[in-house]
Amino acid sequence: MTENFDYSLIDWSRAQFALTAMYHWIFVPLTLGLGFIVAIMESIYVKTGDPDWKRITKFWMTIFGINFAIGVATGIILEFEFGTNWSNYSWFVGDIFGAPLAIEGIMAFFLESTFIAVMFFGWNKVSKKFHLLSTWLVAFGASLSALWILVANAWMQMPVGMKFNPDTARNEMENFWEVLLSPMAVSKFTHTISSSYLLAAIVVIGISAWFLLKKRHLVFAKRSMVVAAVFGLITSLFTILTGDYSAKVIAKHQPMKFAAFEGLSVGMRGAPLVALGIVSSSPDDPDNENVKDFAFKIEIPNFLSYMAFQDFNAFIPGVKDLMEGNEEHGIMSATEKIVRGRLAIDALAEFKAAKKAGDELKLAEAQQILDENFKYFGYGYFENNPQGLLPNLPLTFYSFHIMVMLGFWFLVFFALILLLVYKNRISTSRFWLKIAIINIPLAYIASQSGWITAEMGRQPWVIQDLMPTMAAVSKLDSGAVIVTFILFALIFTSLLIAELKIMFRQIKNGPKPGGN
Amino acid sequence: MFETFTILTLQQYWWIIISILASLLVFLMFVQGGQTLIYTLGKTDTERSMIVNTLGRKWELTFTTLVTFGGAFFASFPLFYSTSFGGAYWVWMAILFAFIIQAISYEYRSKPNNFLGKRTYETFLFINGALATILIGTAVGTFFNGSMFSMDKLNLTNIYDSAISRWETPFHGLEAVLNPHNVALGLAVFFLARVLGILYIVNSVKDENIFNRGVKQMYYNAIPFLVFFLYFVIALLFKDGFAYSPGTGEVFMEPLKYLHNFLQMPVVLLIFLAGVVLVLTGIALFLFKKSNKGIWYTGPGTVLAVLALFLIAGLNNTAFYPSTFNLQHSLTIENSSSSHYTLTAMSYVSLFVPVVIAYIYWAWKSINNKPIEATELNDDQTHVY
Repeated sequence: MTENFDYSLIDWSRAQFALTAMYHWIFVPLTLGLGFIVAIMESIYVKTGDPDWKRITKFWMTIFGINFAIGVATGIILEFEFGTNWSNYSWFVGDIFGAPLAIEGIMAFFLESTFIAVMFFGWNKVSKKFHLLSTWLVAFGASLSALWILVANAWMQMPVGMKFNPDTARNEMENFWEVLLSPMAVSKFTHTISSSYLLAAIVVIGISAWFLLKKRHLVFAKRSMVVAAVFGLITSLFTILTGDYSAKVIAKHQPMKFAAFEGLSVGMRGAPLVALGIVSSSPDDPDNENVKDFAFKIEIPNFLSYMAFQDFNAFIPGVKDLMEGNEEHGIMSATEKIVRGRLAIDALAEFKAAKKAGDELKLAEAQQILDENFKYFGYGYFENNPQGLLPNLPLTFYSFHIMVMLGFWFLVFFALILLLVYKNRISTSRFWLKIAIINIPLAYIASQSGWITAEMGRQPWVIQDLMPTMAAVSKLDSGAVIVTFILFALIFTSLLIAELKIMFRQIKNGPKPGGN
Repeated sequence: MFETFTILTLQQYWWIIISILASLLVFLMFVQGGQTLIYTLGKTDTERSMIVNTLGRKWELTFTTLVTFGGAFFASFPLFYSTSFGGAYWVWMAILFAFIIQAISYEYRSKPNNFLGKRTYETFLFINGALATILIGTAVGTFFNGSMFSMDKLNLTNIYDSAISRWETPFHGLEAVLNPHNVALGLAVFFLARVLGILYIVNSVKDENIFNRGVKQMYYNAIPFLVFFLYFVIALLFKDGFAYSPGTGEVFMEPLKYLHNFLQMPVVLLIFLAGVVLVLTGIALFLFKKSNKGIWYTGPGTVLAVLALFLIAGLNNTAFYPSTFNLQHSLTIENSSSSHYTLTAMSYVSLFVPVVIAYIYWAWKSINNKPIEATELNDDQTHVY
């Protein structure tokens, strides 16, 4: 009986994690990118000795510091929430998942937090070169910490390098390098990190545009803009390339998520890419309320097949194929997977019983059934609720498309800004300067949409195919989680308001004179 | 190298690493202790700013150590992470809340237009200092006194109710404060953090008024620290402890278990005694010789004493996270650890720790070789909180 699940507990636990992650992700991408932008600016200062560049560096460093503090505060909560709210998860995959978290602490956080102190307190106390080195180390440390946490996230989407051990009832790591270098980890890290650099470039350009519009600090604003636009042009290209690579990896390893990206209900050869679309409000299949067609769409023929498999005629499975199965293309139905998952779960129980009874024969038998069916383990939890295997399709579709469209727009925008700078018309192009300011919230929307796509699109899985959210959650009263959710929401929101007010005031005050 | 170690050796190695991280964390909580003294030691705005700034240059170190402690515990003993954090929900959540409000308070306190006002951020620092120390101490107390939880991995096969660990009281961790022995450790950590805070501040701030107020405050904090600490240690030595048989893993109550652990591991006893002596030496130097070097004794002393307490909690066949609901569900380093492969991989990572300590020392030395003075805060070349 699915009613036995405390869905309210699962939903609130998810909401709490999403709340923390989304707040965390307001501050983190900016610091990731701004770290490098500041380092580039300081490098120019050290090379030229021009105090104006020092002034520029210090201004952006202040913005960095304001964001960094709150990124740290929200980050620690995420780390501990794996334990507090997802305790089964922590055991089931802790043998693999804990390692990157610990490595992140040992290798990256200390690097970051030590040299950030030199960066802020070290002016005039250490040599120019040592200070510059510290600034680069902070930028490097921040990206390194992103690497480890993204490796951990990628592993949840594509579990590799491990084997299930029925004795301990958990997955155990067998190959660290497979975890670190899986295609999902590579694509997740490169795409997330480059999109963060892009976001920071948009923010720097937007703030500089405001100064140009106000006709204040013109040299400062123009120089900042040039650095950011070059940085942004390169990183946005990289974001698009890694995004394309991510799509290929997802098409192969998370077909349901991929179908959700495109709202593809029925699979086909030569599938078109939906460039723009509005999901219909009525279900197109009476048996399946979650699967909806489009009320309106613009398509690029065959392009989805090409994007996924470099073949204009490749078959892309739709949501229905994945649910109902498709023999022609060798896709197993959800019902069959659920049966197999249930076999695996029962085999684990039998394994434990046989072990207790010392029955070698039954033990070997249970082990064999488990090994054969383990890849469907998580499906067993959906015995009476196969519809629970579907992600929220419209949300995934929209967030994916918003992210992609904005990504392409930013590439064009960076090129345009560089062109205007090159033609020496940037200060007078008031229209484009205003667009630059509007781009700031758009960059945050794109960045958050990326995570919504990645995390909502893989539902209901915490660990793809192996563990759904309902088997991962801690045994708590949903009331307790509601209380902490509200408290987190209140605190995070007031801190965000404080952060924004402080940042706006710092921007309004502008860079301090004399390079200080 | 590590591949050839037995799983038990790796488990012990990792318990030692966890203990070292925990002991460093307690020492570094001088930041928290100091935060509860901003208004007691500083009477003018400048004095308070000096105190906040000297603490502010170290808060990240404490914070990062806490994060690393959490990550390392997760990686090496994931069953603890799973059982304790999800079970003793309210205690860990309260600790987390205490830490969210710390990180931003330094950076935002003196910034213009900071929404909540300077006073609020200082209050946040106070709450963090008091709550985090008391709660972390109380939570560690349960390592010796146990908690009401059950743990059965077979629950995973019950598809409608699959939580493997369950807290068997509705209080989800809050019940820990009903045990005076837990609370005594919490309060001992709180007062010790304040003692360390005073010693750190007088060492890193050059100001006579602050120094003199520190002397007075030292009496108010060192004496309660000693009272709670002695009560905790004496009660610990004479209480029954949670032991397990190495072969079967069966957990049972052993009279005087923690005393036995000290006697059976004399090195640990020596570490503990050396720690206590150093802690007291630092306090005495400050009180009776008016020396500002006390932190160099009390700090390392804290590390040694806490290290020893963690070692007797987990080594020598002791269950480090006992269940009073069902003794056989207690966590030991043997039944809660990661696999041989993961512990090996992580052991290689642990070799980075000396490198980390070296660059932290080197970086700090290069920017922080003289104490803070009032004039420095007006120097617009530096970053001021």
